[in-house]
Amino acid sequence: MSGPAPWLAVLALATLQAVLFALVGADRLLGWVQAACASAGLPYNTVMVLAGSGLLGICSAVIGSYAVLRRRSLFGDAVAHAALPGIALAYLIARERHFFSLLMGALISGVLGAMVITWLRQSTRTRQDAAIGLVLSVFFGLGIVLTSAVQRDPSGAHAGLEGFLLGKTAGLISQDLLLIAVTSANILLLVWLFQKEFLLLSFDPGFAAVQRWPVPALDILMMTLLVAATVIGLPAVGVVLMAAMLIIPGVAARFWTDRLAALLPLSGVIGLGSAIAGTYVSSIREGMPTGPVIVLAAAAVCLFSMFAAPRRGIAAGVLRRLRMQERVARQNLLRSLYELVEEAPDSAVTAEDVAGKRSWGVADALKLLRRAEARGEVRRTTDGRWTLTDLGLQRALDVVRAHRLWELYLVEQASIAADHVDRDADELEHILPPEMLHQLEDRLKQKGRWPEDRVPASVHPLEGVAGEGR
Amino acid sequence: MDTVFGMDAIVFWIIATMAMVNVTGALLGTFLVLRRMSLLGDAISHAVLPGLALAFILTNTREPFPMLLGALVAGLLTVLLTHLIHRYANVPEDAAMGVVFTSLFALGVVMITRVASHVDLDPGCVLYGVLESAALDTRNIAGMEVPRVAVTLSAVFLATVVFVVLFWKELKIVSFDPQLATTLGINADRVHYLLMGLVAAFTVAAFEAVGSILVVAMLIAPAATAFLLTDRLHWMTLIAAATGILIAILGRNIAAVYDAPVAGMASVVAGGLFMLAVLFAPRYGIVARRLAQVRLGLRISGEDLLGLAYRWQESGARASLTASGALEAAGGGVVSRVALWLLRRAGLLVKSGDSVRLTASGEERASRLVHRHRLWEAYLAKHLPLPDDHLHSPADRMEHFMDSDLQRQVEEQVPEPHGPSGAPR
Amino acid sequence: MTATQEKALAQGAVAVDAPPLEIHDMTVAYQRRPVLWDIDLQLPEGRLIAIIGPNGAGKSTLIKAALGLVPRASGRVEVYGRPIEKQLSLIGYVPQRESVDWDFPVSVLDVVMMGRYGRLGWFRRPGREDREAAMDCLRKVALQDFAGRQISQLSGGQQQRVFLARALAQEARLYFMDEPFAGVDAATEQAILAILQELRSHGRTVVVVHHSLQTVREYFDHVVLLNMRVVAHGPIEEVFTEENLRNTYGGRLPLLEQAADAVQRRSV
Repeated sequence: MSGPAPWLAVLALATLQAVLFALVGADRLLGWVQAACASAGLPYNTVMVLAGSGLLGICSAVIGSYAVLRRRSLFGDAVAHAALPGIALAYLIARERHFFSLLMGALISGVLGAMVITWLRQSTRTRQDAAIGLVLSVFFGLGIVLTSAVQRDPSGAHAGLEGFLLGKTAGLISQDLLLIAVTSANILLLVWLFQKEFLLLSFDPGFAAVQRWPVPALDILMMTLLVAATVIGLPAVGVVLMAAMLIIPGVAARFWTDRLAALLPLSGVIGLGSAIAGTYVSSIREGMPTGPVIVLAAAAVCLFSMFAAPRRGIAAGVLRRLRMQERVARQNLLRSLYELVEEAPDSAVTAEDVAGKRSWGVADALKLLRRAEARGEVRRTTDGRWTLTDLGLQRALDVVRAHRLWELYLVEQASIAADHVDRDADELEHILPPEMLHQLEDRLKQKGRWPEDRVPASVHPLEGVAGEGR
Repeated sequence: MDTVFGMDAIVFWIIATMAMVNVTGALLGTFLVLRRMSLLGDAISHAVLPGLALAFILTNTREPFPMLLGALVAGLLTVLLTHLIHRYANVPEDAAMGVVFTSLFALGVVMITRVASHVDLDPGCVLYGVLESAALDTRNIAGMEVPRVAVTLSAVFLATVVFVVLFWKELKIVSFDPQLATTLGINADRVHYLLMGLVAAFTVAAFEAVGSILVVAMLIAPAATAFLLTDRLHWMTLIAAATGILIAILGRNIAAVYDAPVAGMASVVAGGLFMLAVLFAPRYGIVARRLAQVRLGLRISGEDLLGLAYRWQESGARASLTASGALEAAGGGVVSRVALWLLRRAGLLVKSGDSVRLTASGEERASRLVHRHRLWEAYLAKHLPLPDDHLHSPADRMEHFMDSDLQRQVEEQVPEPHGPSGAPR
Repeated sequence: MTATQEKALAQGAVAVDAPPLEIHDMTVAYQRRPVLWDIDLQLPEGRLIAIIGPNGAGKSTLIKAALGLVPRASGRVEVYGRPIEKQLSLIGYVPQRESVDWDFPVSVLDVVMMGRYGRLGWFRRPGREDREAAMDCLRKVALQDFAGRQISQLSGGQQQRVFLARALAQEARLYFMDEPFAGVDAATEQAILAILQELRSHGRTVVVVHHSLQTVREYFDHVVLLNMRVVAHGPIEEVFTEENLRNTYGGRLPLLEQAADAVQRRSV
């Protein structure tokens, strides 16, 4: 896996584009787009803005998702802040607002910031969080110092640098948008090319190294793509909120899917949608900055996903917990009833008996009994006491069997309990799948710890008792 | 012009205000850095914006108290929301933090933008701060013109000092081992939220003057600098505070020279001081470690030369040991040359013509070395099943590291080694 | 013998008489503190080999340093007579279960397929035959019904089996497994053992970091007793003696610890 093949491929891709671009030229390319828009009856400027910010939204969401999954979410925040001195410096050197040089300056100082973080973490005592915070604040401080120098520049024309703080798509011209769109497309292309490699790198870098993948080089590539996405996002979204473009779509998409192959496109769609929504709103409302609106749109999607997603969402979790509680209470009731009639051959019991057995309040016990009555598991005898119906008895038997099997098994061989399902051990007996119960039974029978006649034995006296009650 | 302590009043207040910011940040930051929560400062300092905006919209004033309250609420909300999302929605902590603070900041910007037409609450000032003009907005207190920001800041500063002094023991335990803290009956959560509350209050009090980015810098840089310089918590706190004051003085003065914003320059200075610590810290600094490596290399090389000369004489070889042969055997290169020169200067080796010979003191030193070498070799032979073709490397290495205590213990475990361990090497 | 291995033989990657793994004079240090001293090992082919020793003895470190995942301070590691870095295609690896994030959004089959990535090379996507090979490996660990599940929905034992299946998909000659029996239930333990035995019957060499002394004799042919240094290694019946165990577990060499301290302290 060593060797220059992949890097040559990347280089060839870049060269090909550079040659094509040199042959065609930005203006002619934009001319074609304009003509296409005119013939399709679309507003050219709007199409350009939407294409630029849309592609940007997709690309930062996709590359940001990897950062989220690799627990490096705030890396992008630091890189975005670290880009500011590069922008100011590029301006001071070029003495004009030349978009490409500004972005190159941002890219260089962003990569530098990323490298400093890595270096601080690896070769000094500084931990990752402090390294990120240091780079973020010190580079940004330098950026402020340099920006103030730019603003004192007598040649004037420093308008636009403030735009990098909170983002302003309105200030971008077609050539700028073209650059943003082309860069985004390239980042997406590379992510698509290195899909398998990035998956392995993110999930298990150690295994990747044993398979001879050049892990450090892949890591640097991924970091560079992240910096590049951040840099092209700055003019539209701004330094402060770029992190949101990288983090929020991935976090939101994660709620809906368990597969990276679906997560990446989904986060891309969320990024695209928020970018377009933000751009649109800020274009119709005077003075409304683009970045914050994009971020709020993405945050709304994230909030919605967090609550409403089917499996990982909070609502689903609450529902699951409620159902579990309900189930546990129901099973405990059935078991208590069964054990009561098993202990005392008296077929019917009072709510007080049940409450006493489970340390429940009498009112709670009554409520549970009424619910069980509605399900047809118990019925009220003429003297106001409660007894299991045939259906209830059947269900109670299953519950008791599972419970006793589990108890016995825990005593026999507790090692299975700890790791088999990672949930509260108390809840385990209520969620044991039938296959596992059978397995348990077989194993215990083999060891002679679960007599073949054990369950029937406890069934017969009960049925006799229940018969008397009728 | 007004003067305070013989200084221009404005200059004095700029430095004093910033020193208070920095020292407060350093004290709080020490515990954030130790608990690997440095970025909570970043998150809080951004997320206070909607709190400020809301306080302003509700009260329609820029009085410090409602602003402080609004920001405090927003700051604590950030901490709480991050925790809840991490805990209940199963989102990694750093991602949860990123989602919360950026969303809140965006909300704040939009809220301000909606009322901005008639307010001078500028999101940009949230980032930079305008210390220079804040120092001009003064109140008369006890006959002295004191900037408004300095008043609020000194309150937060005092609260922080009181908090750190009162909860010193708890903070120490919570910083190193929250689980232990809980078993000792210390309410780690309460200390945590008190700390977060102070961080939020500090952020709010400070950012008007210095901007949120310097707030982040001051929460991290002094503490991270001090972390490189010491292993003791009380020293770390004191060094961080001192660094904070130094940053204030240097930051203001350098900014004055270059006519640059004080807050921005201060975070550059903070970064510079941190880099100095990275390079020159006595124990963890890069230079110190490099120097120690060089010194170690020289010592090992010199000791190898001594051992070589000793074995040569011990073996009773007729021919004398040539300097070039010795250098080659000791690894060659500049290091062994310098080592040889050092040995001669210390009077342990003498060079006559091309041959080298141990002096009396050199012989004594060398015999101790060779003794240690053989001791360790004997110890390893007893405990490690090494094959015959083994390279003797551990024994070679260990003699350079053995102190008298370890040597004594090895001597107890192996019989006294006698004679040469092999042919001269 | 698989096609890759025949190819490896044909290319001379596998010297006929060279042992599958030879570690010579390897010392490993964490932050300049030696944790493994002068490891010298030569392991025989076609055996199940256990590395055992107390906690902190450096068992996992031995594997990781051999594979080059942590730097070696000195020494060399050879696989079939050539440096291990050149022979990685012959190696299968099962890392510790805790080494990855099990909430990562991939399915069971995705993870097993990663075992095939090495032979796929750059940019090529896994195709149908890779899927089938991966499914075969899943069947061997009896997880074929779980192929589409997200990995967090598995129990600890099942996760361990997924890692095993991924290593099987590497079709290696020499396997390194880091605590494959840790935290698994009895049934999984038997299933894993059966797979190890099948690998042995095909002439593969398997090096396993193991933590349970009770099962060593039953499961393995060959044992390496490790505690910062190799205390003893060889066939079970010769080496797995009470005295050697006492030397490994009870009779620690406190001086090695102190020596490590001294090295770390004095070399800053």
